[in-house]
Amino acid sequence: MHDRSTLDAQARAVLNELKGAKLTVKQRAAIPSQEMPAQDPLQRIGNMNEVATGYTEAQARVEAARCLQCKTAPCIKGCPVAIDIPRFVKYAEDGEFLQSLAVIKESSLLPAICGRVCPQESQCQETCTLGKMLKDVNKSVSIGRIERYVADFERESGEVSMPETAPDTGKRIAVIGSGPAGITAAADLRKEGHGVTVFEAFHKPGGVMVYGIPEFRLPKAIVESEIENLKQMGVEIRTNFLVGMTRKLVDLIDQDGYDAVFIGSGAGLPKFMHIEGENLIGVLSANEYLTRSNLMKAYDTEHAQTPIIRSKVVAVLGGGNVAMDAARTAVRLGAKKVYIVYRRTEQEMPARVEEVAHAKEEGVEFLLLQSPSRILGDERQHVRALEVLSYQLGEPDASGRRRPIVIEGSEHELPVDTVIVSIGNDSNPLLERTTEGLATNKWGNIIINEEDCSTSLDRVYAGGDIVLGAATVILAMGQGRKAAAAIHERLTRDQQS
Amino acid sequence: MLQPLTSTGDMRKNRPKPCITPLEDQSVNTILEKQQLSQEVFRFIIESPLIARERKPGQFIILQLDTEYGERVPLTIADADEHKGSITIIFQTVGNTTHRLAALEVGDKIENVLGPLGHPTDIRKFGKVVCVGGGIGVAPMHPIAQAMKQAGNEVHIIIGARTKELIVMEEEMRAIADELTICTDDGSFGRKALVTEPLKELCEQWKPDLVAVIGPPVMMKFCAETTRPFGIKTIVSLNTIMVDGTGMCGGCRVTIGGETKFVCVDGPEFDGHLVDFDNMMLRLGTYKNREDQDHHRCHLDLQLEEKTNA
Ligand SMILES: Cc1cc2nc3c(=O)[nH]c(=O)nc-3n(C[C@H](O)[C@H](O)[C@H](O)COP(=O)(O)OP(=O)(O)OC[C@H]3O[C@@H](n4cnc5c(N)ncnc54)[C@H](O)[C@@H]3O)c2cc1C
Ligand code: FES
Repeated sequence: MHDRSTLDAQARAVLNELKGAKLTVKQRAAIPSQEMPAQDPLQRIGNMNEVATGYTEAQARVEAARCLQCKTAPCIKGCPVAIDIPRFVKYAEDGEFLQSLAVIKESSLLPAICGRVCPQESQCQETCTLGKMLKDVNKSVSIGRIERYVADFERESGEVSMPETAPDTGKRIAVIGSGPAGITAAADLRKEGHGVTVFEAFHKPGGVMVYGIPEFRLPKAIVESEIENLKQMGVEIRTNFLVGMTRKLVDLIDQDGYDAVFIGSGAGLPKFMHIEGENLIGVLSANEYLTRSNLMKAYDTEHAQTPIIRSKVVAVLGGGNVAMDAARTAVRLGAKKVYIVYRRTEQEMPARVEEVAHAKEEGVEFLLLQSPSRILGDERQHVRALEVLSYQLGEPDASGRRRPIVIEGSEHELPVDTVIVSIGNDSNPLLERTTEGLATNKWGNIIINEEDCSTSLDRVYAGGDIVLGAATVILAMGQGRKAAAAIHERLTRDQQS
Repeated sequence: MLQPLTSTGDMRKNRPKPCITPLEDQSVNTILEKQQLSQEVFRFIIESPLIARERKPGQFIILQLDTEYGERVPLTIADADEHKGSITIIFQTVGNTTHRLAALEVGDKIENVLGPLGHPTDIRKFGKVVCVGGGIGVAPMHPIAQAMKQAGNEVHIIIGARTKELIVMEEEMRAIADELTICTDDGSFGRKALVTEPLKELCEQWKPDLVAVIGPPVMMKFCAETTRPFGIKTIVSLNTIMVDGTGMCGGCRVTIGGETKFVCVDGPEFDGHLVDFDNMMLRLGTYKNREDQDHHRCHLDLQLEEKTNA
C-alpha cells in the first residue's frame, strides 16, 4: 500500500509521458492501473473517517487513459442504468471533469454515492474489455473510482448544477421512503414540474445510506448534499412520517390530494437464523448495530445518548456488505477480535471485493465454510460462545456450483461476547398490512409490472428494495427513475383526457 | 378514456382540501400543557394532529429531543383529542431523554415525534374485565380501561404503587371504574398489598373474562402467573428497548410462546401467558450501566441548574 502523495507523483509522471501522444491499444493496456489511496489501516481503525480517500486528478486521468474506448463497450451493458461509460471516461481522460459528470448524470442521479458503493466488479468492470485482455477483473478500468472522482470534483468545486424544473403542473406525488429509490423518483418528478412530498419514517432522510452504510465508507455529508439538492429543487421532505400508521396510503390519494404514490420503502426487516440462544444478551441484528452507530451516532460517546454494546470478541454472521460494515464498525468501536462467519467460500461472498480487502487489512478474521448452530450463554444469559459447524464443498450441482455440505460431528465452540446477525433482510410488512389490495409475493415484496413499476393499486408505483428484496443502490435508483417516467406519463395522459 | 375502477380511482373527483399540515406549520409537536403528577411523573399535552386522528388505545409514539445526538424513546399515548389535534403522554423521569423532556415548558417544541406505532388494543365486549395498572403503567392503562368501559364491559380497576406519592391518575380511573382497588407496597394508601392479591381474589370470586396488565415487567409476570391457573386470558403491554419502532432493527424482540416477535410492530400487547418475561427482563438490562450513569448524571445536572437559578 502506498500513500497518496507517492501515488500522485507516480501518476503525474505517467501523465507527462502520455501528454499529447496518440495512444495505441497496446500502449493503453500497458498503463499501470491506479491504486486507490486509502487511510493506513492502523490509523483508520481508530476513527470513523472515510477509508478510501479518492483518486487525485492525475490518477483519475491516468486511470481513464487506460480505457481502450472499444466499440463494443460491454461495460454499458454491465451497468444497471446503462451509463455511457466510454464517453464519460474519455472526458475524464481529457480533464473535462464537469462534462464527464454531465454524461453520467444523463443516466444516474447519485454518482458520488454509486462511485463509492456499487459492486463494480460484478457490473461494469466485470465485462470490461481491458480486464478480459489482462485476464484479471481487478485490472479492468476502475470505472467506479473515476465516477467518484468527477462527482467529488463538482461537489467540492461548489458549482453543483441544479437541474431545471419545468413549470408547475399542479399535480402532486407522494414518495414513500427517502432511500435511493425515493430520492431518484422525487428528483425526476420534480424536474417535470410536479409537486413532490417525500415521506420518511426516520428523523433523517437518506434511507440505508444514512442508517446502514457507515461513515467510513460513505460520508454522510455526501448524502446530505443530495438531500439538500432535492430541497433546493422544491421537493418537500416530511420526516417522522410512517405511511400506513401516521396516515394510510390510500388516504394520501383519496383525501390528501396526491395524484400518485411511489413506494420506495426498502427492505427493512432483519432476518434471524432461528437457532438456540438468539435472544441472549449480546445478540443483535446488523441493522440494529449499524443504526445505533450510524444514524444515532452511538460511536460518539461524548455527545450521543444512544448506547451501543461495547464488545471484546465479536462474531458477525454473513458475507455481504452489511456483514463487512458491521464487522468493521465493531473494530472501530474497540473490539479486540472480530470474526466473519460465512457458510460458503470467499468467491460466493456477495460483499464488494474492496470491502472484503479492507476488512482483512483491518484485522477481521474470516471463518469460511462455517455456520453457527447454537449461541451459548453464561449464567446471566450473556453470550459466552458461538457453536459452529464446519462445512466442505460437495460435488458441483446442476448449476455447476459446489454446495457446502456439513461435516458431521464438527461442532466446536468459538468464544465470543457478541453475535451480530447479518444474514439479510426481508421486506417490511407494514405497508402491505395497512394497505388493502397491495399485492405482494410470498417474501412480502411488492409485485410490480416490470415495464412501468406499477403495482396492483391504481396510481401506486413501487421500486427499490421493497420490490427487489435486499438489492443495491443503483438498482433502487434505476427503478425510481423508471417509475418516475411512468408516473409522469400517466399524469400527462390524465391531463389530456 | 376508460379509468380503471379501484379503491383509489373514483373518489378523487370531489377531493377535499389536503389535510396534511403543510411543512411550514411550526406548531406541530409544541407542548400545550404541562403538569407534574408526582415527584418523577409528568403529563404533557402535545400538539400533533395527525397522530391524534389516527391513534387508538394501546398505541405508542417514539420521540427524540435532538435530531443529531438524541436517543429515540417509546412512550405510550395516554390520551388524545382529535378535535384539538393533541395527544397526551405521561412519563416518569428515568433516563437522559425523560429528564430533559421534563425540563421543557409549555410552548417548547419536541424535535421529533413519530406515531402512532404498534397494534391497537383489541377492544370489544368481553363481559367482565380487570385492568391492572402498576406505577406509571396506570397512564397507558387509562385509555384502554376507558375504551373497555365504552365497549360495554364491566370494568374493575386495580392500581398499584410502591407508596402513596407514586399513585397517578386515581381520579380519572375512579371515574371509569365500576370498582376500583388501590394497593401500595408500604400501606401508605389503600390496601397494603401487591396487586396480585386483589387480582387473585377477583379471579376466584368475580371470574373476569379478560385481564389487562400494564406495569413493571416483574409485576406483569406475576399477574400472568396469578391468572394462569384460572385460564383467564391476560394481555400485557411490553415496553422493551427500541430504536426505530418500525420493525427494522429487531432490538425490541421478545420470545412469545417460543417464537421471536418484534414488540414495535407485532405488539406492544401480547398474551401474558406466552411471554418469556425472564428473557425480556434480562434483555432490558443490556445497556443498564449506561442508563444508571445517565440517571445519576441527570440528577446532578438538574441540581446544578437549581443552584445556579437560585
Ligand atoms: C449496511 C448496508 C450496506 C449496504 N451496502 C451496499 C453497497 O455497498 N452497495 C450497494 O449498492 N448497496 C448496498 N446496500 C444495499 C442498498 O443500501 C439498498 O439496496 C438501497 O438502499 C435500497 O434503496 P431503497 O430506496 O429501496 O430503500 P432504503 O434505502 O432502504 O430506504 C427506504 C426508506 O424508507 C423508509 N420507510 C420505510 N417504510 C416507510 C413508511 N411506511 N413510511 C415512510 N418511510 C418509510 C425507511 O425508513 C428508509 O429510510 C447496503 C445495505 C445495507 C443495509
Ligand atoms: S424497535 Fe426496531 S424493530 Fe422494533
